[in-house]
Amino acid sequence: MNGAGRLGNFGWRILLPVLLLAAWYFTTETVTLFHPTILPSPLAVLRMFWKLLWNGELFANIGASLLRIFYANLTALVLGVPLGLAMGLYRPVERLLDGLFSTFRPIPPLAWVPLSILWLGIGTMSVVFITFLAAFFAIVINTIAGARAVDRLHMRAALSLGASQRRIMTHVVLPTVVSYVFTGLRIAIGVSWMSIVAAEMIAASSGLGYMITYYREVLRTDAIIVGMLTIGVIGLLMDLATRRIEQWLMPWRVGFHLA
Amino acid sequence: MSANGSKISVRGVAKTFGSAAGEAVRALDAIDLDVAAGEFVTIVGPSGCGKSTLLNVLAGFEAPSQGEALIDGRKINGPGPERGVVFQEYALFPWLTVAGNVGFGPASLGVAANETAARVRHYLAMVKLDGFERKYPHELSGGMRQRCALARCIANDPDVMLMDEPLAALDALTRLSLQDELLRIWSEASRERPKTVLYITHAIDEALYLSDRVVVMSERPGRIRRVIDVPFARPRAPEIRTDALFHRLSDEIWLLLRKET
Repeated sequence: MNGAGRLGNFGWRILLPVLLLAAWYFTTETVTLFHPTILPSPLAVLRMFWKLLWNGELFANIGASLLRIFYANLTALVLGVPLGLAMGLYRPVERLLDGLFSTFRPIPPLAWVPLSILWLGIGTMSVVFITFLAAFFAIVINTIAGARAVDRLHMRAALSLGASQRRIMTHVVLPTVVSYVFTGLRIAIGVSWMSIVAAEMIAASSGLGYMITYYREVLRTDAIIVGMLTIGVIGLLMDLATRRIEQWLMPWRVGFHLA
Repeated sequence: MSANGSKISVRGVAKTFGSAAGEAVRALDAIDLDVAAGEFVTIVGPSGCGKSTLLNVLAGFEAPSQGEALIDGRKINGPGPERGVVFQEYALFPWLTVAGNVGFGPASLGVAANETAARVRHYLAMVKLDGFERKYPHELSGGMRQRCALARCIANDPDVMLMDEPLAALDALTRLSLQDELLRIWSEASRERPKTVLYITHAIDEALYLSDRVVVMSERPGRIRRVIDVPFARPRAPEIRTDALFHRLSDEIWLLLRKET
């Protein structure tokens, strides 16, 4: 606590990034320890970032990736939530699907790349498909957990207050599930970033993954690092945004989990 | 009303919980109980005497293994809004505000939105939670949560209120003041329409202070050991706690319970 007082909360948070940046600067600019192809200096990366920003390349690729992430997660939500609800609430559905589901779930999305290229060709469809798979399982698993987390007491209270089955679905099951779905969505967005970049490296001609692969081929390490940092920052921003939306949509959730 | 005039009739109700391993646990054994309309009856008993099981049967959450439970002479067949339930754990919906929780019942029964809002205001004022309409349950203290749950229950204007140790999770001081509040709220709500209360507790003083009759139950399998009439006039005031009769009745119940354990 004393240390936190002297340096401040923010100070501790940025301490390591600042040290790392300083070390990077020192080993590339002050003393040139590495060849720029192995590790370019932060200034070179910044210059490249500026260039890619102004010639539109960065935005075009961010846009391509984001749009695919959006399609993939939207499809994953639309298909995954009803499936997860059905599996979580109705035993027969779970018995029917669990074998298939449990077999496909451990297959890494990237293992689908060859089939996906054969079926859907190189391009957006393939990448969306692979990203969708990554997001889909995260959402289904969390929706199942949410459907099973419905409190028996809440069910009983609703029943004795005269709620119909339909109202219990919309006013008791759904609110419980929604918070779990949100957790699922946050995980899904995280894993979709991981798989989209990998998928774009193989099966696309646009997107941040493609950009990184392209610059590897022409040995522009500075552009590779720009791509990587962009992914990190966008991932961070998206996680912050989902958390904000979550707090706004479910103001009770903080207390619900502490209680 | 049924032929014998009871609001609640329990006829030879037994409940056995079967386990997969084959050993069955008999929680309740041949319970007979009649509660008149507008009566406040408490059930005391050691933990595991099946008193909550009896309440769950009356609420319609569980079906009896033998016998039958009747409301107004009609067999209970699942939960229903004419039997409001107050739970020890409050069971408020955390995603709804205080007003949302209290309005849940009327809205479920198809009461119009403006009428629901009026009822919410009326009952929140009755439990002294006016001004907290927009708070969420996690922002309330335990005592306030239970007031809210109480308002939610009576907002449906039920004939029967089934309460399962509603004050057991609260600290001693809050409990004492809520006992008085509960009696006040019950009599206010009963002015509109009589409310029959079946109230489970393990606190002898609470049972005596609140009720017209105390049903003392024995340990598993739960049976009714004795039913004690509580003669104190209403409205009740805290002074009766120091009354000699209060202590004599309290000792009597205590002896009945102690013989068990």
